[in-house]
Amino acid sequence: MVNYIWVGMLVIGFIVAGINGTMDKVNEAIFTSAKEAVTLSFGMISILVFWLGIMKIAEKGGLLDVLAILFRPIVKKLFPDIPKDHPAQGYILSNMAANLLGLGNAATPMGIKAMEQLKILNGGKNEASRSMITLLAINTSSITLIPTTIIAIRMSYNSQSPTDIVAPTLIATAISTIGAILIDRYYYYRSLPKGGK
Amino acid sequence: MSIVQSFSIWFIPFLIGFILLYGTYKKVPTYETFVEGGKEGFSIAINIIPFLVGMLVAISVFRASGALDYVMMAMRPLFSLFHIPAEVVPLGLMRTISGTGALGMTSDLIATHGADSFIGRLASTIQGSTDTTFYVLTVYFGAVGIKKMKYALKVGLLADLIGFLASIAVISLLF
Repeated sequence: MVNYIWVGMLVIGFIVAGINGTMDKVNEAIFTSAKEAVTLSFGMISILVFWLGIMKIAEKGGLLDVLAILFRPIVKKLFPDIPKDHPAQGYILSNMAANLLGLGNAATPMGIKAMEQLKILNGGKNEASRSMITLLAINTSSITLIPTTIIAIRMSYNSQSPTDIVAPTLIATAISTIGAILIDRYYYYRSLPKGGK
Repeated sequence: MSIVQSFSIWFIPFLIGFILLYGTYKKVPTYETFVEGGKEGFSIAINIIPFLVGMLVAISVFRASGALDYVMMAMRPLFSLFHIPAEVVPLGLMRTISGTGALGMTSDLIATHGADSFIGRLASTIQGSTDTTFYVLTVYFGAVGIKKMKYALKVGLLADLIGFLASIAVISLLF
């Protein structure tokens, strides 16, 4: 899908420029924006190096495990289908903790491991189970404490206070996560056969 | 408002301090570990270059040609009914499809309107408030061979919509 959007933006842009007579601006845009993208990426190196360095300390110190303990009661409530002390629970906890710290690279493998376990729990069927969809819902609306990349971009564009979006982002992401969980519940109960429990 | 802003300012130093003290307590070789993790950050920043170049060029061609203005003109009446700034609607749509695409749009909006403008802050919050639904769906379900995803896509997209509207509400209220 992203392929079509990408080609579409460029091709439509060229056609509209031809009609509008803005082809000179389009030519300029190609070269300045390519340069801008590289400058932006280089500008982000500083904060990404620093933040991932700090997060590596958190990871090595076992902070993920501490967060996992804090989340355990929540996970029990969110995934009532998972038996007590099943390995899926551990993977889900690590996945949530890594997401919270913005460790996308650590979160994804944990999430996939959790999915594998959930598939076994579901009898190996190629159909999504209730718990799988809940895990997915939590991941698509992921709560992240510090949106590092965005802070880096804001810094590159000379923001007076690049971090002042931390609290608003936390509020918005908390709302979207709670929303995701409620919608997930709603569709689950609606999908139950009528006259059932 | 000032409480929220001071929270934003205090939160990062507090978190860093906590992690450093915790790591020291757990006898982690903090400085060496920091350097090791920092290298990962460097490669992430370098790996993102081709994605950003591709997306930013496409977005600026679309904008410089005047096509974006037409799209905005067409959308503005509808979205202003709901007090949604039309500028961020393409970002909201892109956010569900491509993470790097959205990142390109966010940086474009920040560059055009300014980082501390209403649109700049709003774009930053939208970018941070949800993850890429189609990506998460493809990776997680693809990895374990789930074919029937049932109501998963609906849940993911509705959650994105909530995140989008919540970002607008929060930024409008706070700034």
